Amino acid sequence: MPQRQVSRFVNRGTDPSRSLSLSGHVGFDSLPDQLVNKSTCQGFCFNILCIGETGIGKSTLMDTLFNTNFENFEASHFEPQVKLRAQTYDLQESNVRLRLTVVNTVGFGDQMNKQESYQPVVDYIDRQFESYLQEELKIKRSLHSYHDSRVHACLYFISPTGHSLKSLDLVTMKKLDSKVNIIPVIAKADTISKSELHKFKIKIMSELVSNGVQIYQFPLDDETVAQVNTAMNGLLPFAVVGSTEEVSVGNKMVKARQYPWGVVQVENETHCDFVKLREMLICVNMEDLREQTHTAHYELYRRCKLEEMGFKDTDPESKPVSLQETYEAKRQEFLLELQKREEEMRQMFVQRVKEKESELKDSERELQNRFEQLKRLHADEKAALEEKRRLLEDDQSSFGKRRAAAQLLAAQNLTSNGKKDKDRKK
Amino acid sequence: MAWHTVFPLLPPVLLAMCWPRPSPPSLMMGERSHAGDFSYVGIDAILEQMRRKAMKQGFELNIMVVGQSGLGKSTLMNTLFKSKVSRKSAQPNPEEKIPQTIEIKSISHDIEEKGVRMKLAVIDTPGFGDQINNENCWQPIMKFINDQYEAYLQEEINIDRKKRIPDSRVHCCIYFIPPTGHCLRPLDVEFMRRLSKVVNIVPVIAKADTLTLEERDDFKQTIREELRANGIDVYPQKEFDEDAEDRLINDKIREMIPFAVVGSDQEYQVNGKKILGRKTKWGTIEVENIAHCEFAYLRDLLIRTHMQNIKDITGSIHYEMYRVRRLNESNAGPGLAPGQAPTLVSAHTNGQTKVNGGPPNGMAAQCEVLTHEM
Repeated sequence: MPQRQVSRFVNRGTDPSRSLSLSGHVGFDSLPDQLVNKSTCQGFCFNILCIGETGIGKSTLMDTLFNTNFENFEASHFEPQVKLRAQTYDLQESNVRLRLTVVNTVGFGDQMNKQESYQPVVDYIDRQFESYLQEELKIKRSLHSYHDSRVHACLYFISPTGHSLKSLDLVTMKKLDSKVNIIPVIAKADTISKSELHKFKIKIMSELVSNGVQIYQFPLDDETVAQVNTAMNGLLPFAVVGSTEEVSVGNKMVKARQYPWGVVQVENETHCDFVKLREMLICVNMEDLREQTHTAHYELYRRCKLEEMGFKDTDPESKPVSLQETYEAKRQEFLLELQKREEEMRQMFVQRVKEKESELKDSERELQNRFEQLKRLHADEKAALEEKRRLLEDDQSSFGKRRAAAQLLAAQNLTSNGKKDKDRKK
Repeated sequence: MAWHTVFPLLPPVLLAMCWPRPSPPSLMMGERSHAGDFSYVGIDAILEQMRRKAMKQGFELNIMVVGQSGLGKSTLMNTLFKSKVSRKSAQPNPEEKIPQTIEIKSISHDIEEKGVRMKLAVIDTPGFGDQINNENCWQPIMKFINDQYEAYLQEEINIDRKKRIPDSRVHCCIYFIPPTGHCLRPLDVEFMRRLSKVVNIVPVIAKADTLTLEERDDFKQTIREELRANGIDVYPQKEFDEDAEDRLINDKIREMIPFAVVGSDQEYQVNGKKILGRKTKWGTIEVENIAHCEFAYLRDLLIRTHMQNIKDITGSIHYEMYRVRRLNESNAGPGLAPGQAPTLVSAHTNGQTKVNGGPPNGMAAQCEVLTHEM
């Protein structure tokens, strides 16, 4: 009997790890640096979705936020349906390369009937999740070079009415809060005064809470940023003003909007919350936004999608079922069904052929009958005609005879009359 | 600030409107500036955010040491991580007997340095190469490595999966070559040939203090030639070099492998300094002195510079290859029933992993062998 080497495996997972202290410098404190270096080489990816009515200032805010001109054109107000327009840009700052995708809604809030306005947005977000899921489920996959297009942050632009949220806003945000990190902002904040703004913010937040809308909360688990994040969480939603034009204030050129009654400076924290938005969105929490999207929103989508397709983790006996088995089972099912359908189709085809055949036979027989009928008719007519011809011939011959007889008689008469005349003359 | 007028608008430049194109053409570098600056957006703050998150999460590393007994594996591990990480230190057993079969023992440690926490698992293989008949001695090891890949795969394809999948995959396998001075033995060649396809192998010459420098160089040359002749691709693999810079660095490393190492966890006084070394009658061998042995190079490679790269290659190349094979296998035919595939069903339930002990039956055994062979 061949000696087969059996390996004995000492229990691993349940053994608690020993904590050790090092007696010298080992050097793995450079691990975070190695990780960061690798990520820098690969580059980063960030996708922002901007939802807001036409003309509310989405494109201007993006331009201001990233300090570039994204070359957007104004949209018309007469779009029949909400559409999404996505554009990708490559930005670089010092040695960090960022692939930024900005998705804007076109025609949001312009329709007469806004019931389906949120649907294209939800569909877009789901499409991005779907394509990532497809890539992840592939056999030969390349997740590391995959361009991640999932939406990481959603800036929802609230109109500066000063009263409360519109019902369209509530409905849309409710549909999106489990799919994407929502950061509400109050657009065109230079139309609201400070006191009105304060009341407006409180009203908005209370409405969101009472309607159960879960907006993105800045994370509090890291001590270095917990304090700043808590403060910012209390200042949501940010009231922003966007501008790419420069105005000279004092001896500096700053981004601002110039009015006859004054200049609203974009980067002045007493004028608007733009700087706070930039801080929170980019400088402090960009990585957390990406992580939330991947670990919370994408996982939820994946779970729902797979359960929908019929995969389960445990079967009725609650034994773990591997994806492979379920997939195999489903495939067999599918193949069987295909076979059944094929059979059905074949049978239907055969039946149809039979029917057609019998139909054709029937009409053939009918034609045959008619043909024979016609033939008989013709024969009859022919016989009748023959009969007539015979009569006519008979007539003709009798007429001929009578003519001949009459001529003979006439000739006889003539000769006998001639003789009589001669006799008289003598 | 006067310079604002000199440089009117230096934004992080809009490079190209692309849709998905792989590498962007870079035109101009934005100013490295600070908050309050006109053109600063803050995109580079993401590096800091990433670092913070990584430090909070901690790192994981799994190293396997393979070699005959008495080659100094445990000592080397202790020297590398400057603490008692080896199996012998963890489970002191005064009567250490050579085991009858190959065992695979894994011990986990939590270590921390300057705020960076790491979970290190050292996987030891006592009994390797010690039997009289060493045929198929790589099988248990290969099985173990594949089992780790399998566990990761199972967790990954779960519907309800953990936020962070615990990574028990073997990142690096250090193979100890005895310092004969001649050439590689058939066991070495066979093992490295099979395992270099599933895991990163780093060969080292153990107990290098028995070789003089010339002997060492000759031995290394021979080993390198033999590795090349047998088509064995050890870490750093040539085909995974990313760019010219990488290739340059890795070529230098490839010129030096296998590293000739000496391990020691005892400190001696040399020239007034306390250093790790081995004291003998004819002198003291300093472990971290590159004139004496190449331990420092090994440590730098494994820990200080290439650790992340090792983990990446394991995750994105070896694991992906395993996954492709495994997913294709189950599509291939109805023959692969759940019991035969190395699925650790028990792992789901109680966290303990036990290999189905003993040869089940001839058919299953053959199937197992087939799935683990290349």
